[in-house]
Amino acid sequence: MKEGAELRNEREFPSGKSGQGVGARLPRKEDDRLMRGRGLYVGDVRLAGLQDVAFVRSPLAHARIRGIHVPERHRGSVFTAADLVGIKPIRAISGLPGFKISEQPVLATGKVRQVGELVAMCLAPTRAEAEDIAASVTLDLEELPAIYDMLKAREPGSALVHEHWGDNVFLETNYEVDISAALDAPIKVTREISTARQCMSPLEGRGVVATFDKRLDQLTLHSAAQMPHITRSGLAECLGMEEGQIRVISPDVGGGFGHKGILLPEEVCLSWLTMQRGHPVRWIEDRREHLVASSNCREHHYKITVYADSDGTLRGIDCEATVDSGAYSSYPFSACLEAAQVASILPGPYKMPAYRCRTFSVATNKCPILPYRGVARTGVCFALELMLDLVAAEAGLEPGEVRLRNLVRPEQMPFDNITKKHFDSGDYPEAMRRALAQIDIDSIRGRQRKGEADGRRIGVGVSIYCEQAAHGTSVYSGWGIPMVPGHEQASARLTPDGGLELRVGVHSHGQGMETTLAQVAHEILGVDVAKIRIILGDTAMTPYSTGTWGSRSMVMAGGAVATACRELGERARRIGAKLLQHDPASVVLQNGEVRGVNGSVSLKAIAHTWYRRPQDLPADVDPGGLEVTQGYKPVRDSGTFSYAAHAAVVAVDPDLGEVEILDYVIVEDGGVLVNPLVVDGQIYGGLAQGIGTALYEEMPFDASSQPLATTLADYLLPGPTEVPAARLDHMETPSPYTQFGVKGIGEGGAIAPPAAIANAVNDALRPLGVELMQSPITPHRIVAAVLAARAAERSAA
Amino acid sequence: MKPAPFAYERPRDLDAALSMLAASSGSTKIIAGGQSLGPMLNLRLVQPELIIDISGLAELKRAEISGGELVLGALVTHADIEDGRTADVTRGAMRDVAANIAYRAVRNRGTIGGSLSHADPAADWISSLAALGARVTLRSLAGARTLAVEAFVVGALESALHAGEIVEAVRVPARSASAHWGYAKSCRKTGEFAHAIGAVLIDPAAASARVVIGAIDTAPVVVTNAAELFGGRIAADYKQRFEPRVADALLAKAGIDDAAQRHIHVSVLKRAVLEAAA
Repeated sequence: MKEGAELRNEREFPSGKSGQGVGARLPRKEDDRLMRGRGLYVGDVRLAGLQDVAFVRSPLAHARIRGIHVPERHRGSVFTAADLVGIKPIRAISGLPGFKISEQPVLATGKVRQVGELVAMCLAPTRAEAEDIAASVTLDLEELPAIYDMLKAREPGSALVHEHWGDNVFLETNYEVDISAALDAPIKVTREISTARQCMSPLEGRGVVATFDKRLDQLTLHSAAQMPHITRSGLAECLGMEEGQIRVISPDVGGGFGHKGILLPEEVCLSWLTMQRGHPVRWIEDRREHLVASSNCREHHYKITVYADSDGTLRGIDCEATVDSGAYSSYPFSACLEAAQVASILPGPYKMPAYRCRTFSVATNKCPILPYRGVARTGVCFALELMLDLVAAEAGLEPGEVRLRNLVRPEQMPFDNITKKHFDSGDYPEAMRRALAQIDIDSIRGRQRKGEADGRRIGVGVSIYCEQAAHGTSVYSGWGIPMVPGHEQASARLTPDGGLELRVGVHSHGQGMETTLAQVAHEILGVDVAKIRIILGDTAMTPYSTGTWGSRSMVMAGGAVATACRELGERARRIGAKLLQHDPASVVLQNGEVRGVNGSVSLKAIAHTWYRRPQDLPADVDPGGLEVTQGYKPVRDSGTFSYAAHAAVVAVDPDLGEVEILDYVIVEDGGVLVNPLVVDGQIYGGLAQGIGTALYEEMPFDASSQPLATTLADYLLPGPTEVPAARLDHMETPSPYTQFGVKGIGEGGAIAPPAAIANAVNDALRPLGVELMQSPITPHRIVAAVLAARAAERSAA
Repeated sequence: MKPAPFAYERPRDLDAALSMLAASSGSTKIIAGGQSLGPMLNLRLVQPELIIDISGLAELKRAEISGGELVLGALVTHADIEDGRTADVTRGAMRDVAANIAYRAVRNRGTIGGSLSHADPAADWISSLAALGARVTLRSLAGARTLAVEAFVVGALESALHAGEIVEAVRVPARSASAHWGYAKSCRKTGEFAHAIGAVLIDPAAASARVVIGAIDTAPVVVTNAAELFGGRIAADYKQRFEPRVADALLAKAGIDDAAQRHIHVSVLKRAVLEAAA
């Protein structure tokens, strides 16, 4: 079927009242397996002859390697860069002009540039023994000055992560629309705002089991990966192999959040090792490796000025954003995705006539920065929404009022904002109005006036964001990363007994795709959801796909499944017409059967006839069969824009610095929801991570760029007692460009909470003269700010 | 994250354990509940040659009231105290402390003797027991000695245990009917180690007060005669007479340079004082 105007009518869902199609609040099929402990994760993979790997990692952030000493008894079990002949470094080259290339050797050569960098690979029958060997290897390192502060790293004379660059800047960009027009605005607020370096912390870390099949001449890599096809391409490049010689299997995956989209040096190392040794090898990331060496994200700094009229109308934003990109450009997202996003998404859903944003992607002696749920949006939302509260304070307006005054209005849709982001649909002011009403802003203000008996201070904060999702070729080619998504494909096969198999190249690591894609197929074909199998996570069994990232899977794989199922349905309909001895034009496919005036024939009977009794079919039947692969792209590939308004009420103890979230409201619009239950789950999960960003999660570094939070006792994640029972409200504005009007919603929950919570804390403490502009908002930061404000007041008095 | 190799023994009685301890050369660690030692082993922060698992020693699981004080064997778990399976002489004070240690899973296995031996400044028992005036009995083949808790904890992760010694029991004096108890802590999240602890045992009738400021970078600040914190005397109006500046000075003297940290500690202590007075 051609995409176009007719797709806009697909809100009339043919599945009707079956309760299984698009919009059904169906419990997740995969939970039957996952919740009973019957999932199979990479750590569960057992292969005959398997041996374990532990790595020797750099204890220093920046040093020249003078020697690696392996005790005599362990020679043959320890491998260094010198052994990896022919293996290429990982190179993720941004196409943006001026980008400086970093080469990440899979085992360090010459220098180490971050704590935790792989230096040697140790092999033993068990992990404990492999760690014993690793502990016996000694490194002779010449320590170099470590670059730990991205702002200092920009200054001339800084030590250099990559000497031949001459500076530490991966890329500098400049985006401007007539900023001079804003300079005479009566309100001008300037601040520095920053977000801490975080670690993504999925329940399951990374892990690799590699083996080589001589008969197939094929390397099989079991990896906890959310983008197995991209991993295969990256591996083939580093290993110098044909893609067909590599199979990547990603079994059940316990959360990805972006971390599992990255090609790991460990994956390359273990691939090489299994081919050298002829037996399977395994490496399972432990939590210390995860925290120290791998999953870093989020570290942004903004110097930002917002210009507004005295009635709060935005006149422009001027920003200089710096992203701590770490030592290397990670594959495939590169060192510059974050900063490129910052420049283009900072204005968000707000109208403004002037804008300027310079960005710096800075190399430091830290892990590469990786795209974490929300990617740059969480930082951008934090920066802009904190600033808007300051504009509100200057203008003497309620913060919500400033939003309502500047948000794009529904009658302006579709809307191109100042950075040419194309907003497909939505009513942003309505989401904000509902959030304000549900949090009951007026009663909070009344409560604030009365004060609290326990001495705490109450604050209320709001934030709103837009989440561009499933954006495709045109957007990503502009961001210059080595991976650009095109058409998404899906295969649909009717089995001889009337079941349906769907093969997709995206993966599911918590998103519930095994349920939601089945709902889409059910919508088209009427096959019972219980009889639909979703096959994913294996390059040998699925169509090529860039995988699951960017909240794209429901739009892209869902669209592809719908397209493939339509074609499959059409073929079944024509066969059914033959069996009914009707003119094909006179029969329809409905609720899993082909119906004509004189009767009907089920898909199951059609499948049975096609596969098992072809003698019952006339000679001129369409030979195409009941298995189809179809490609799909939305009508426009500029992305869907989902959004949500968040509102938080907090109680802050100014002397202890404790913050309690008393109430939390989310009004979200994710377009047509394929499964509202799954969407609720996505929002709750994202909220938990957003609360982590707001109040808990931080990877601190010392002046030698040592990461200081090496266990979960130091790196704090919110738990059940820290995440409130948020109240959710859904709006459903269809996207005009996608199948069924769906939008991507995977990341939004993690985007807005830091801003809403910080605004609430600042609202609570503003009368004390306190302003917190840095995440996470810790007890120590609160109390330090309160003491500073009290001291300032004393000295002023 | 696997431990370095170690030898493992699980003696059947205390004498056997003490003999093993005495005979061991090099580094030996005693494991009971393993709630701190387990992770430290896995992180290879400690690499003992021998681990003596005392979890089978029935003698150390006893709890009894003897001579007016409560004697808790070192292997009594936090959950034993939380659930009231042991006698109490503190009028519920220890039970409340136990109930808020880490998570239930930790409380099920973690022991009072292990917690004291580990001497983590952020742990609840070293502060609360010091405030209650408890003592620790240490035993070796050579005999036993008993120390005040504040004398037993000498620094962060540092105790007065000598080689060959083991914590045998904790001796808690009865809390008098007129003594007020207050215990407060601030944690980043439920179940995490505290970053500030305040514990007070104030007896206006006896004009005495013990005050502990815990969860600092070193051993807790224990003030056994805390009149200075209350304007020079302990009386019924101690709540109004609490002097945050004196507490702040104590913390500064203990080496805490950061004013915000000191403020949090003092505020938590104040909360403990208010709780005692409530």
